[in-house]
Amino acid sequence: MTEKEREELEKEYQIWEEKLKDLPQCSLPLFNTISDIPLKIVYTPLDIKDFDYLRDLGFPGEYPFTRGIRHTMYRGRIWTMRQFSGFGTAEDTNKRFKFLLAHGETGLSVAFDYPTLLGKDSDDPMAKGEVGVCGVAVSSLKDMEILFDGIPLDQVSTSMTINGPAAIIWAFYLITAEKQGVPFYKLRGTIQNDILKEYIAQKSYIFPPEPSLRIIVDIMEFASKEVPKWNTISISGYHIREAGSTAVQELAFTLMDGFTYVEEGIKRGLDVDTFAPRLSFFFNSHLDFFEEIAKFRAARRIWAREMKNRYGAKKKESLLLRFHTQTAGCSLTAQQPENNIIRTAYQALAAVLGGTQSLHTNSMDEAWALPSEKAVLIALRTQQILAYETGVVNVIDPLGGSYYVEYLTNKLEEEAYRYFEKIEKMGGMVQAIKAGFPQREIAEAAYRYQREIEEKKRIIVGVNEFILEDEKLEIPLLRIDPEVERRQVERLQKLRKERDNIVCEKRLKELKMAAKSNENLMYPILECARAYCTLGEITNALKEVFGEYKEEAFF
Amino acid sequence: MKKKIKILIAKPGLDGHDRGAKVVARGLRDAGFEVIYTGLHQTPEMIVNTAIQEDVDMIGISILSGAHMTIFPEVLRLLKEKGATDIHVFGGGIIPDEDKEKLYQLGVGKLFDPGTKISEIVEYINNYFKDKS
Amino acid sequence: MTISEYLKKFEEKDIRALSKIITIVEEGLEGSEEILDYISKKTGKAYRIGFTGPQGSGKSTLIAKLTKRLLKRIKGIGIIACDPSSPFSRGALLGDRIRMSELFLEEEVFIRSMATRGSLNGLAYKTKEVADILDAFGKELIIIETIGASQVDVEISNLVDTTVVVFVPESGDGIQILKAGLTEIGDIFVINKSDRMGADVLYYELKNLIEMSYQNSKWKPPVVLTQALNNQGIEELEKSIFEHYNYLKENNLLQEKRKNMLKRELANSFEEEILKIYWQDERIRRRFDEIFLEILNKKISFSEGIKKLLKEVKND
Repeated sequence: MTEKEREELEKEYQIWEEKLKDLPQCSLPLFNTISDIPLKIVYTPLDIKDFDYLRDLGFPGEYPFTRGIRHTMYRGRIWTMRQFSGFGTAEDTNKRFKFLLAHGETGLSVAFDYPTLLGKDSDDPMAKGEVGVCGVAVSSLKDMEILFDGIPLDQVSTSMTINGPAAIIWAFYLITAEKQGVPFYKLRGTIQNDILKEYIAQKSYIFPPEPSLRIIVDIMEFASKEVPKWNTISISGYHIREAGSTAVQELAFTLMDGFTYVEEGIKRGLDVDTFAPRLSFFFNSHLDFFEEIAKFRAARRIWAREMKNRYGAKKKESLLLRFHTQTAGCSLTAQQPENNIIRTAYQALAAVLGGTQSLHTNSMDEAWALPSEKAVLIALRTQQILAYETGVVNVIDPLGGSYYVEYLTNKLEEEAYRYFEKIEKMGGMVQAIKAGFPQREIAEAAYRYQREIEEKKRIIVGVNEFILEDEKLEIPLLRIDPEVERRQVERLQKLRKERDNIVCEKRLKELKMAAKSNENLMYPILECARAYCTLGEITNALKEVFGEYKEEAFF
Repeated sequence: MKKKIKILIAKPGLDGHDRGAKVVARGLRDAGFEVIYTGLHQTPEMIVNTAIQEDVDMIGISILSGAHMTIFPEVLRLLKEKGATDIHVFGGGIIPDEDKEKLYQLGVGKLFDPGTKISEIVEYINNYFKDKS
Repeated sequence: MTISEYLKKFEEKDIRALSKIITIVEEGLEGSEEILDYISKKTGKAYRIGFTGPQGSGKSTLIAKLTKRLLKRIKGIGIIACDPSSPFSRGALLGDRIRMSELFLEEEVFIRSMATRGSLNGLAYKTKEVADILDAFGKELIIIETIGASQVDVEISNLVDTTVVVFVPESGDGIQILKAGLTEIGDIFVINKSDRMGADVLYYELKNLIEMSYQNSKWKPPVVLTQALNNQGIEELEKSIFEHYNYLKENNLLQEKRKNMLKRELANSFEEEILKIYWQDERIRRRFDEIFLEILNKKISFSEGIKKLLKEVKND
C-alpha cells in the first residue's frame, strides 16, 4: 500500500465507523478474546500496517515458519491422529491401543495412572483407590512388555505422558523394544518430560527443580547419541491452559519453559543443534477459534526467531516448533455431553488450520469418565472427517493474510514478549516458578473466567444458558473394575519373588552412586529396568539422593 | 450464634488438578466465609486432623481422579472415630450419578458436578446452616 | 455439651475439646468468660515465640521446618497462624497451614489458623487468649505467626518471649528497616530464601544496623541465613532461639518481660472496658452530640467542648 492509498483507506474507514454509532449495539456479552484481548468489529489492512510477507510469514517450511514447518504440510503427510489412552491394567490398555489402531489411529499415546505418574508402585499405600483409574498402571518392565504386546515398536511412534519418572518409564519402553528385537536408534516417539510445567500446572512432580533439570539434560544427551529419532521433551502449554490460563499465558509460559531447557542443555556444554531438533511442543486447542490459530502461528515465529538469534542454532531442524495438540478438556461440559462432540470438532479445526503435526480429540464423556469405546471412536472419526472430507488439508495456512488473523498473531506475540521481559527480570523461569509468578497469574485468570461465567458475561451452552432442566445422563460410561488394583498388587508381589533380588539391590545402589555424581543417569536406570526393579524402587532410590519437592500453594 | 462459618477445602489423594478447588476457595472467601485450603496430596487422616484442629463446620472435598469411593467413606469413618460427626462433608468433581447415590446413603452431603456455579455452593452452605438453626 | 463438660475433656487432653474451646473464645460465645477464668489459672508454663516479616518471606515454611526439628526435644507445640480477613467480604482465605502439611499427622502439634476479622495489628483479636488456651492445655511451646502485611506488625513483640523477624533478600535496604522500627522489636533476625541475590548485602547491612542500635545492649540479635524449603539454616535458628531463651532466664528477664506483658494487657483491657461503658451510656452519648453541635456552630471552642465532656464523665 502506498502512503496515499493508506490515507484514503483511513479516511473511508472512519466514515464507515461513524455509521456504527447510530446502530443498535449487539446483545452478545463479550467482545474480547478469552485472553481479554479487545477486538474491533472488523479488521482491515490498516491493522497490519507494517506487514512484510517475507519477514513476518515467509513460505511454508522456510524461516520464520509462521505458515507451517514443512514445505508440503498436510499434502505431504496428514497430521498424526494420536488418541491419549490408558486405563486399568496393561492388558486392558493394550486392547484399547489395538482397537484404535484398527480404526485408523496413526500414533499411540499412553496415559498412565496417578501412582505411576508420581513414581509409585500399584501397591504403595498412597495408591489405594487410584490404581488404573485415570490411566494404565505400569509398575515395572513387565507391565510395559504386556502393554505393547503384539505391537511392533519399529512400526509405531509412541507418545508417553510422563514427567517426574520419565527417565524410568522411558527405560522400560526402550528395553521392551530391545526385547522385541528393535534397536534404540529405530525408535520414534515422545516422552513429555516437561518438569517446569508440572511445578506450574499439572503438579505431578517428584524431585526438586535442580535435580529434575539434570535428569532432563541427561535424557537429551542420551537421546542425541542413542535414540536420535526420539522427541525428548514435549514442552507443554496444554496443562497450563487447563489450569485456567489465557492463551497469551499459555504461549508465553510454554515458550519460556522451552528456552529454559535450551539454556540447560547449553549449560551442560551440549551444542544446541544436537538436541534442539528433538524438542517438541504440546498445545491446547481451546474455544476462541481465531485466537487459537493465531497462537499457533505466533508460537512458530517466536521460537524460530529466538532459536536463531538468541541461541545461535544453525540447523534448520533446531528452529522448527513441531507440536501436538489436544482439544481443551476444560471446555467440556458435564451437562448435555453430546454437545462436546461439536466443541471438540471446532477445536480440532482450529488446530489443523493452525498447522499442528499431531492431534488428540477429546471424547464427549470426559467430563464424567475416561472415554468409552463408542465415544473415542466418534472422537477419532472427527479427525478423519476433518482430514478427508472438508478439504482443509489442501492448502497450507489458509488463513494467512487475513487481516484479523495476522493482527491477532502479532498481538499475541507482543503480549508474549511482555511476559518474557517480566520473567527475565525475575531471574528466569525457574526463579519465577519458585516465586509463584506463573501459578498466581494462572489462578487469577481461572478465577476471572469463572466470574465471567457466573455473571453471564461468557455463555457456556447447557451450563449457564440453554439449560435442560432435570437432565438425565444417557450415555454409557466407562467404569474401572476394582479388581484391577488387586490384580496389579498380586502381579507385583509375584514379580518381586521371581526376579533376582540381589541384582536388583546392586543396581539400585549403583544408581544412587551415579545420582550423587555427574554420570548420565539413563545408563544406570536402564540397568535397573533390565533387572526388573520396580518403578517405585527406582524412584525411591533417586528420592533418597534428590529429596522430594513440596509445593508452596499459590493463589 | 457463631459469627463466622469455617469451611475446609480439601484435595485428597494423588490428583494434582487444583484449579477447581482454588477457584471455589476464593469464591467462598468472597462470599464471606473463612476458608482453609489443605493443599495437594492429603490423606483422609490429614484432612480430618485439620478439620478438627480448625473446628471447621464443613469439609468440601474435590476429587477428579475417580478415587471418591475410597476417599469419602474413609473421611467419614475417621470423623466418626474421632467424635467429630457434626462436621458436614460435601464435595465436587467427577463422580458418576450411581456413585453419588451410594455416597449420599453413607451420609455425604451434596456432590457438585463440573460447571457448578460458586453461587450454588454458597447457597447450599447458607441453607444448610439456616436449616440447622 | 456444657462448658464444664468441655473443660473436663480439655483436662483429659482431648483435641476436639481444645478446638471447640478455642472457637468459643474466638467467637466470644456464651461461656467464654468462664473458660478464660479457668484458663488464667493454668497459664505460664509455655514459651512463646513470634514470627513476623513481610508477606512472602516464608514464615510459615520456616515455622514448619523449625517445629519438625524442635519436636525432637519439645513435647507439645501449638501454632497460631494469622491471615487477613477481606475488608470487602469479611471472609478469609487461611493459607498458612498449607505450608505446614508435614506436621498434620504429628500428634504433638496443634495448628490453628485465625483470621484478623478487622484487627489492624497483624494479629487476630483473640490471639493472646488462644495462646493462653494452648498454654493451659499443656503445650510447651507456642508459635504465633503474624499476617505480615507490608513491613512488620509490631504488636507481636508484646505477646511473646522471643520475636523473630523474617526478611527475604528483596526486603529492601537497611534504611527502610531502620525506619520501620524493626530493629527495636526483633530478638532474632532471619534472612530466608538466602540463596537469592542480595542476601549477603542485606546480611551485612543488618549486622551493621544491629551493631549501631544494640551497642550497649547485652543481647545482640543474631542474623541467621536460612533456606526454609531446603531445610538450610534451621539448626542455627533453633540454636539462636535457645540462646535467647537462656539469655532471658539467666538475666531474670523472662519474668520481667511477662510481668510487663501482663500489666500492658491489663491496662489495654481496662481501657477497652472503660470506653465501652461510656460509649454505651445514653446520657453521655446525648451530651456528646449536643456538645458537638455547639462546637460546630462555633458557640464554644474545641477545648471548651472537651472540658464540658469531661465534666459529664466526672459527674457520673
